Amino acid sequence: MTEAASVSRERLYDGPDAGAATHSALAQTWSDPPGWRGWFAAINHKTIAGRFIAATFLFFVLGGLLALAMRWQLASPRTRAVGPDMYAQLFTMHGTTMMFLFAVPVMQAVATYLVPLMIGARSVAFPRMNAFAFWIFVMGGAFLFIGFVAGAGPNTGWFSYVPLASADYAPGKGVDIWAQMITFTELAGLLEAIVLITTILKMRAPGMSLSRMPLFVWATLVTQCMVLFAMPSVMLGSTSLILDRLVGTHFYNPARGGDVLLWQHLFWFFGHPEVYLIFIPPLGFISTIIATFARRPVFGYTAMVLSLIAIAFLAFGLWVHHMFATNLPEIGKAFFTAASLAIALPSGVQIFCWLATLITGRLQFRTPLLFVLAFFFILVLGGLSGVMLGSVSLDLQVHDTYFVVAHLHYVLLGGAVFPLFGAFFYWFPKFRGRMLSERLGRWQFWLFFVGFNVTFFPMHWLGLQGMPRRVWTYPEGMGWDGMNLLSTVGAFAIAASVLLFIVNVARSWRHGAIAGADPWHAGTLEWTIASPPPPHNFDAMPVVQGREPAWGARPRRAVSGLAADAREVLTTSVRDADPLTRSLFPSPSLWPFISALATTALFVASVFTPWAVVWGAVPVALAVIAWFWPGRAETEQALALETKP
Amino acid sequence: MSAAQAADNYSVLKPAGVQAATILTLWHITLGVCSIVFAGVLAALLFAVHRSRRGVRDNHAAEGKAAAMQARPATRRWVAGASIASALALTGLVVIDFMTDRALSRLPVADALHIEMTGSQWWWEARYPGRDGQPGFAVSNDLHIPVGRPVVVTLQAADVIHTFWVPNLHGKKDMLPGRPTTIEFRADEAGTYRGQCAEFCGVQHAFMAFGVTAETPEQFDQWQAHQAAPAANPSDDTATRGRDVFLASSCAGCHTVRGTSATGNLGPDLTHFASRPTIAAGTVPNERSVLMQWVRDPQSLKTGTTMPPAALPESDLQAVVHYLASLK
Repeated sequence: MTEAASVSRERLYDGPDAGAATHSALAQTWSDPPGWRGWFAAINHKTIAGRFIAATFLFFVLGGLLALAMRWQLASPRTRAVGPDMYAQLFTMHGTTMMFLFAVPVMQAVATYLVPLMIGARSVAFPRMNAFAFWIFVMGGAFLFIGFVAGAGPNTGWFSYVPLASADYAPGKGVDIWAQMITFTELAGLLEAIVLITTILKMRAPGMSLSRMPLFVWATLVTQCMVLFAMPSVMLGSTSLILDRLVGTHFYNPARGGDVLLWQHLFWFFGHPEVYLIFIPPLGFISTIIATFARRPVFGYTAMVLSLIAIAFLAFGLWVHHMFATNLPEIGKAFFTAASLAIALPSGVQIFCWLATLITGRLQFRTPLLFVLAFFFILVLGGLSGVMLGSVSLDLQVHDTYFVVAHLHYVLLGGAVFPLFGAFFYWFPKFRGRMLSERLGRWQFWLFFVGFNVTFFPMHWLGLQGMPRRVWTYPEGMGWDGMNLLSTVGAFAIAASVLLFIVNVARSWRHGAIAGADPWHAGTLEWTIASPPPPHNFDAMPVVQGREPAWGARPRRAVSGLAADAREVLTTSVRDADPLTRSLFPSPSLWPFISALATTALFVASVFTPWAVVWGAVPVALAVIAWFWPGRAETEQALALETKP
Repeated sequence: MSAAQAADNYSVLKPAGVQAATILTLWHITLGVCSIVFAGVLAALLFAVHRSRRGVRDNHAAEGKAAAMQARPATRRWVAGASIASALALTGLVVIDFMTDRALSRLPVADALHIEMTGSQWWWEARYPGRDGQPGFAVSNDLHIPVGRPVVVTLQAADVIHTFWVPNLHGKKDMLPGRPTTIEFRADEAGTYRGQCAEFCGVQHAFMAFGVTAETPEQFDQWQAHQAAPAANPSDDTATRGRDVFLASSCAGCHTVRGTSATGNLGPDLTHFASRPTIAAGTVPNERSVLMQWVRDPQSLKTGTTMPPAALPESDLQAVVHYLASLK
């Protein structure tokens, strides 16, 4: 008997019949190292996603505080609680934070937590890259806020239109930092998109063909494909902006043959799909939550999936409706009107399918479902005001007024934040193993729902009465005072509801009722494992036989044969999820963190000197080489696993 | 707070011209269609809630699934019906949108009044053409137009992007550096309407307003003739001293007063300054004491304005303000 053979005989393999020894071996294999090193070397998708979610939530709270300061300033006319420049920084930071540091990344963060659990995988694909993306994101967000606190806050709006954002009209470092923050977050976003697409296409449990994929996973797949096409556009735009500002190019300078509208095209070619990057993942939350609390699968699975894909395509054909007031040809604008209204159709189909599900199901009114029901009220209102904004002539009146502020908050809070809170309530038991308080949840819900409508509904009316966006104050006698005061009161109610949520999480973190594996009796795979999930997620890779595996026939089937002492995963085919290979995944490493530090040094320094792009590339290259340097132990392990008979 | 208390001279809902009225009609139609859709969705939602509150509560997914399967053909018909109805409604809206766009672009402009307007941080300049041998002239932040005659405004930007918007008359049009645009509208009711910059253009975007006075053609002709005339000569000693200080100091470097040697073009033309109702693009009313403060310390009224403070002795300042107030 050779040495290799004895090793392979001692080796533990997973499988449905494997015992406690296999479980603890798997748990040990997939754990992040302990101590401070583990803090920086962690690559487990649940660890990274947990931090990612916490970071985005922190940015959400910061962005919310900025909004409170704005509402405080606007509560009455001609107030000077903050000056005009500070106000410009406030709304720039608020929009930038909410869009770039909260809404898009939080959806990716939640997806990197849930997708592997929902598709029966032990990890995301490229776990080190996932960790790198997280660090890049955090450092980019910190860079923006450090700049803001240090007095170099951007003040040209989250859209940074040129020439206002050019060096002539926005001197100082604020806009440079803003543009570089885009580079950070879009880099992180693109990497996460690659991670998620690969995970979904190649790591689904055997049997989970595309037509059996949970709708949330579909929503994530569609969204991340959109990220690949949308984000390069804004990176190109912001890089050209920073070149104009720092190197003296003239991409946007009409005096030297540049064009101010080029920026708007690049920005909105990203900016409009971005709304759907924020809005499509919550469609997945809603489908999941409705199915669970209506006790039935979502009606019209195929229609739902096709609608998601249709929305994704149409979303790239709408960007000009942000530019109806420019001098683009009328016939071209008409095309974008048609596209803007057309996108309401797949959204409508989804809503009708959900309503059908709710009507034919048996509803259980738990907190997650309340947030989803509120979605119908708020998002439908936001969608309908969107239909108004899609019309060229109506848009010419309400464009850039508080009507748009109302519309976008109805869409983004109704379409993303309400479902997101529903999702927190729904998945917190899986994440932490404890339930959130239903009582506090209901209080939070009603405060949020009422506060939201009190804050934003009056803004429709303010817009029709001519109140422009982004004004730091307004004259008396315009008839805007009462509605603005009401809106401010509502904003504080929203703040109170978010505070209740934080209290709820803090209390339930240690003292919540024990959840058990499946508190909601839900249908997807994540509820078939313990809460919180063990480091390796699944003791045995499940075999999927239907769209709701946890509601399906028992006993559930599983595959066996992955080594318990190595980070082995099963890759499957794209369409039918047939098992293809056993693939060995990398182990925790400090190099993703160090590479992120080096990349941050490059990005930050290039705001001060363009030469940083040259010398800053050297540490990045070294760190990345070290990251991919093949280790002796890992190579030997891989060989040992391969030579097994 | 009710709509009645709102400023009617600055509202989408109170059109005073054909373009704004056309858009308001579209607004009413769209609002009606959207309200019906919203009511329908809400009714379906309430029906679902009501039904399950009354119905048997069971937690069995299998039974829920079975019940759902039974109701399937009817459900499918409802969903398909709602989708088709939405498609028809949306198609209808698109058609009405196109018809509205067409109506807006077909305003007859044969005998139109042509005005050239330039947006700057944070004020407006409008150039009127010469007529009947009179020279053209420039006014700032205060337009006059004749009722019933179409107006074509050519829009330009001196620095960053601004947006021309008078909600009672028409929708918005951007003023883009390097890309002149035009907007066509007609006032059908006499009155003074407020306009405001709608594109964020820097820290004082909030105070970049202007007025549009629509008046009878006779009144308009009178106004035009008056504005075309050079500035009145000072009528008293203080005003004369004020003019001399104005011309000798930095004021004349930026401002024009036609009929004098002041020909600066960075700030508003002040030839008929006293005829304008506000100072600094709607920031403050054009009153003596306010004007005094504005000339002495513009930053205290409009932080960030490009107008520098006038470093003049108090008596000179009084005289300059007296002179400016005489420029009717």
